[in-house]
Amino acid sequence: MSEAVLTQPAVEKASRSPGAVAHIWTIAKRELAGYFGSPIAYVFIVIFLLLSGFFTFMVAGFFDRGEANLETFFLWHPWLYLFLVPAIGMRMWSEERRMGTIELLLTMPITPWQAIVGKFLASWLVLGLALALTFPVVITVNYLGNPDNGVILAGYIGSFLLAGTYLSISAMTSALTRNQVISFILSVVICLFLVLVGYPPVTNLLVEWASPWLVQAVSAFSVMTHFEGLRRGVLDSRDIVYFLSVIGFSLFTTSVILRSHRAG
Amino acid sequence: MIRVQDLKKFFGPMKAVDGLSFTVDKGEVLGFLGPNGAGKSTTMRMITGFIPPTEGSVIVGGFDVVEEPLRAKALIGYLPENAPAYAEMSVKNFLSFVAELRGLRGQAKKAAVERVIEMCFLGSVAHQSVDTLSKGYKHRTCFAQSIIHDPQVLIMDEPTEGLDPNQKHEVRTIIRRMGETKAIIFSTHILEEVEAVCSRAIIIDRGRIVANGTPVELKQRSQQAGAVRVRFADGDATIAEKLSRLELVERIVRPDEGESGLRVFPKNRAAAGELARSIGDLAARECWTLEELHTEEGRLDDVFRNITLPDTRQTV
Repeated sequence: MSEAVLTQPAVEKASRSPGAVAHIWTIAKRELAGYFGSPIAYVFIVIFLLLSGFFTFMVAGFFDRGEANLETFFLWHPWLYLFLVPAIGMRMWSEERRMGTIELLLTMPITPWQAIVGKFLASWLVLGLALALTFPVVITVNYLGNPDNGVILAGYIGSFLLAGTYLSISAMTSALTRNQVISFILSVVICLFLVLVGYPPVTNLLVEWASPWLVQAVSAFSVMTHFEGLRRGVLDSRDIVYFLSVIGFSLFTTSVILRSHRAG
Repeated sequence: MIRVQDLKKFFGPMKAVDGLSFTVDKGEVLGFLGPNGAGKSTTMRMITGFIPPTEGSVIVGGFDVVEEPLRAKALIGYLPENAPAYAEMSVKNFLSFVAELRGLRGQAKKAAVERVIEMCFLGSVAHQSVDTLSKGYKHRTCFAQSIIHDPQVLIMDEPTEGLDPNQKHEVRTIIRRMGETKAIIFSTHILEEVEAVCSRAIIIDRGRIVANGTPVELKQRSQQAGAVRVRFADGDATIAEKLSRLELVERIVRPDEGESGLRVFPKNRAAAGELARSIGDLAARECWTLEELHTEEGRLDDVFRNITLPDTRQTV
């Protein structure tokens, strides 16, 4: 039978088929078209810009502090992302499952991993675009004073990694259910946990009834602990490794969840 | 092209598919029949590599679907149940997306998209988004994606479900035409479709194959196959008695409610033609006015019901 197969044009086409990167890009492109073909991306970007402006200037008092840095700007990102990122990520897989398109996607000649990465990268790009559109605040602070732009760049890198971390968790929870509301709530709860175990008011409480080394060990898993350094301009490779490994772990778990659903 | 070997799928304690084995060669159109929940969709999902089998293997074009999924999937075109498609995309963009995943680029991609748009009569809606389409168009869009790479193997889960009679006819014509060069499996509830399109049919019930043959062979398993239907214009009190005295007749049955005439069973099924002739001769001798006389081929839905009904009753 295989001899007959080799003479078929369809197989020749397949043997010339593009590599993993091309597949990931195809999926990411479709996903991006989905975001920008519907109001989701625009609503997200506008709300993100409004809220980050509001927190930076109104709540944190950017102007009152008289400091030429963006600490007040980045300070709020872990909280801002807490609700906005799951709102973007909640539909990533639950929508595919609800619409049944997952059956199309995963019977294409691509690996599930390519689909997971493609979809994740597209959403991360949307978050990155929203973040990039906050550039006026960088211009403002440069106009008003002489900030250390290296620190600001580190802050942006940290914020982008933080968004990716939340997003990977949303990807994971969205693979768990076809219900977007459940997916949203689950991912907010998990992200909130990752924030709180390293949030000083909470860790200070914990210290009273748990041994300090335990509290410290747990807070090492917190996004706050690792974002803190980047926010202050310290590009520590351990922090970057932390964010990337949470992303890698979450996406790996996503693939396990998707596989177990199909295995029945 | 497709070789399914002892395929099993358990969902927890439930045996959805329980040891299916069959092959489909190039140029064959295999109809998949069975009551709801018989395991048709599950089997198709395993053949297309969407869900892994619990046991057994599926070989498509020489490639094991579990061992070499990418090479096997490249050969398969798949129309899932309910014809899913990305709602926010336009028909054309959706088809381009699928073509790209199928490895088509540039001019080849464009040509493939245009070919299937024409073939599936999607020209008028090519720029509409999928969620604004009527069910028939949405269905044809998904059908179009399944044939965009001109696959050697085509798996279709209820390809005519929810279409109007004209659309059904179109889809059947396409399937029959493509069946000449490809290996096709499709599932359906419509038995006339099997007769119209399939070169072979398999009836599945509770995860097992209960019948496998050409539509003609299956029809012969019907109880009515080989009987002679006869109807006279005159009253029939004495006719039935006289008919039963004919040498070849085994028994005479009044047909089901709503049908008129008599159903005459021969002693030997192969002798149906001979029986019809002798009935004709008798009618001529007795000067009865004959309105209808034909030998029955048997009906597929009788076969289907006879094979699957006892089992479904047990489970209810």
